[in-house]
Amino acid sequence: MLARRYPVLVEPEELLSMLNRGDHSDGGDNGVVLIDVRKEEDYMQGHIPRAVSLPLARVLESMDPRQLHMLFKRLGVDDSKHVIVYDDTFGALAARVAWALEYIGHEKVSLLSITYGRWSSLGYGIERGAGRVDQQHEGYTLADVSADHSILATYDYIQAILEGIKQLQQGKGTSTSTGKRVLLDVRERLNYLDHHIPYAVNIPWKAFTGEERILKPIEEIDALLSYRRISRDDEVIVYCGSVGTLSGLSYYALRLAGYSNVRLYARSLKEWRSLNLPVEGFKDAHYWDLSAE
Amino acid sequence: MQKHQERSIKHTHESEGGGGREQWGLPEEVTSVEEMIRLYREGKVSDDEFRRFRLQHGMYGSRLNQNYTMIRIKVPAGILYPEQLIRLAKLSEDFSIGSVHVTTRQNIQMHWVYLDDAPAVEKGLVEVGLTTREACGNTIRNVTCSPFAGVCMNEPFDVTPYAKALARFFLRNPMCQNLPRKFKFNFACCDEHSYARIADVGLVPVLKHGADGRSIRGFRVYIGGGLGPASYLAELLEEFTPEDMLLSTCMAVVRLFDRLGDREKMHRNRMRYLVHDMGFERFRELVLKERRAVEMTRSVLAKLYIREIKVDAPEMGQDAMVVELRPFNMPDGFDRWVKSNVMDQRQKGYAVVFIPLPAGDVTARQLRALAGICREFSHEGHVITTPTQGFALRWVMKSRLVELYRRLSEAGLANHGALSIASVVGCTSTTSCNLAITNAHRLAKEIRSRLIELGLDMDESLKDATIKLSGCPNSCGQHMIATIGFFGAAVRINNSLTPAYNMLLGGKVGKDSALGRVVARVPAKRIIDVILRLIDVYREERLEGESLASWIDRVLDGKGTGKIKGIDDLKPIIEEASRLPPPAEDPESYVDYGSDSRFIVRTARGECAA
Ligand code: SF4
Repeated sequence: MLARRYPVLVEPEELLSMLNRGDHSDGGDNGVVLIDVRKEEDYMQGHIPRAVSLPLARVLESMDPRQLHMLFKRLGVDDSKHVIVYDDTFGALAARVAWALEYIGHEKVSLLSITYGRWSSLGYGIERGAGRVDQQHEGYTLADVSADHSILATYDYIQAILEGIKQLQQGKGTSTSTGKRVLLDVRERLNYLDHHIPYAVNIPWKAFTGEERILKPIEEIDALLSYRRISRDDEVIVYCGSVGTLSGLSYYALRLAGYSNVRLYARSLKEWRSLNLPVEGFKDAHYWDLSAE
Repeated sequence: MQKHQERSIKHTHESEGGGGREQWGLPEEVTSVEEMIRLYREGKVSDDEFRRFRLQHGMYGSRLNQNYTMIRIKVPAGILYPEQLIRLAKLSEDFSIGSVHVTTRQNIQMHWVYLDDAPAVEKGLVEVGLTTREACGNTIRNVTCSPFAGVCMNEPFDVTPYAKALARFFLRNPMCQNLPRKFKFNFACCDEHSYARIADVGLVPVLKHGADGRSIRGFRVYIGGGLGPASYLAELLEEFTPEDMLLSTCMAVVRLFDRLGDREKMHRNRMRYLVHDMGFERFRELVLKERRAVEMTRSVLAKLYIREIKVDAPEMGQDAMVVELRPFNMPDGFDRWVKSNVMDQRQKGYAVVFIPLPAGDVTARQLRALAGICREFSHEGHVITTPTQGFALRWVMKSRLVELYRRLSEAGLANHGALSIASVVGCTSTTSCNLAITNAHRLAKEIRSRLIELGLDMDESLKDATIKLSGCPNSCGQHMIATIGFFGAAVRINNSLTPAYNMLLGGKVGKDSALGRVVARVPAKRIIDVILRLIDVYREERLEGESLASWIDRVLDGKGTGKIKGIDDLKPIIEEASRLPPPAEDPESYVDYGSDSRFIVRTARGECAA
């Protein structure tokens, strides 16, 4: 996988100037498609001007690249467009949608660096109502539909990794690549201690998020990973508890910090558990009782 | 003249707006933590060396799991500012379990931190002026201070500046980096609220009126106290130690301990054993002699910087006691909350509001809410951690209590019972501590909610009684000073290993400090029954107007007047309430709180997780 040519994060000011350059008399969009992934009713109540609505749930309906293509195509996304995604849920929903675009081979995608809530509280403009509905995009055809499997991890992919680690530990297998493979569980600490995929390490997803921005500065993310001896040569597989949202955000934290070999286990622990695949946990303490909730 | 000059270098009074905000942390220490962990992971420092370093920087091993650490933040005098609360919130979400724990010694603990993340936590703390330095290990631990200091009705003067100055003096001081064992200072505001007698050095403020009509500040100094498998109350060193001899007195005690303390026997090396073995009178003489030596030889740099605190709060003319408050817009539960959580302070028109936390746990969300509330409502602009594992919010205008109650309620911080029997203390025990036998933490929460459910926080006659639990004999939950105290044990009952507690009665702090007496052994799952039974018996037996705590004292003295003459009459009643059916009939009773599996005792090497 190559280093990204498009920034992971777009700042509000950058977004404004991207949207406002040139004139829009022809209905042009300056090569930008801004996607709001919140629920439709939230979008109706207010969104960033020129944003189109695509609730996350629609994206989660299918992992089929063709269907995903159709979904984005209808919003006006084609190969030439720079897509910018935002949400109001720490950036996690936006991240999952952005990842889906990358998965179908669209690399020109960025996340807005702040949430919608912060955007409006900072006094940037908003717009109400249905916004743009771009039926005319129906006619576009996209380049061949193929998925980028290098950023996806499936359960059998992970099973194979676990097998490899086991072999290595027993001194049977040999390490093939320069880096190692790291399974990264980004759920909260207590959930992780309770159970997790064997060999996974834990960095709670909040450790990647800033107080005001959806991700911490690169140096801080970098420090976190280096404390855990995770290097840029390693392949990192991120997962969370449900549908790859919180892990999606963590995926972009790693990408932001220049870790290019990252995969998202999009179906995450929800699928893993439903398949009754092995988990391990730490049972010698009653740590749950420490939780004040 | 000579004398006068000498005094002025030992002791400096400064006045400063804002009370002199301290920066306890040092950026260099982030780098050294980072470096040490790296070297340790690379196998370049030994386990022992790393352990020593780790403890010196506030990191204890987590229960039976080497990969995790507990991080203890030293909070001198318990003072925490809003930005610090917000930072603790963020750090707990990023690196810990999304909540933090307030300890009986006014520290903050973050649990289940991945060892390798410690530098990131350290960095976050130092940025807001906090430190973990010397929160653990064989050194001078957090200097604790009464949460009433500065607002107490009885205090002769505010000791907070002295507590901060002493903490500042000893922090990183070479003289206390390798003591035989940990060493604890406590400042009281007055006799009534005093914890002075359970510290190595306890200080109670006293004003002495000189012949010239001027008053001199000083301290009644107690030494040699402490709680643990063998507990002692500190004894009186001097009735009056003038403030300019405070430092030399403290230094003398620390130096003596450093020189004479036992460095071999880990279990007998707290100073209280030294004092006890030597005899108090002899030890006292040595201290006074040592003090003379300190006075003669110490460097001019050895002095305390006392920064008087000025709170920026408008003066209030009229006043109503909190118990008389009857606001017309009183929300539900307000009256109960005021009665059990709010106290008048010395300054007219202002109140101290206690925020009890279930066994000391507070979530990140609550910390953030508290930060906002503190900014809005406290005229001193900070909160204070309390020895009952909660927070105190002081300098709150009484006229704004209704508003404050609403805000606290929204954040789940308006729990009742802070100043009542329902304010149950429990150490972290099997939730994180290597030495724990039982889950005192969870049990404390269970007792608390049961008492509140029964409305016993409202009962005036129970108000001066306290309940405290520890998961092992080490006493982090301060069970020895509780009216009803418990410490964890494993007992074979009906041929089954059962989580249980030793029950103590009659402990207290304050003017008549006393240590509790072990009276019974009670299975964990019968503790609540036993407490309630005890309250029933008390209600039958008490004299007119007698409180639970006084009745217990009378019984322990063998001066009962009803059916219960002495403790031996009480024991069978406790025993009966403790009885368990065979495991087959009631397996639940043989399992510990917070657990769903068979009870086993698993402990690892202690690092003294006090
Ligand atoms: S050492 Fe004992 S008293 Fe202290 S926290 Fe651990 S279990 Fe509780």
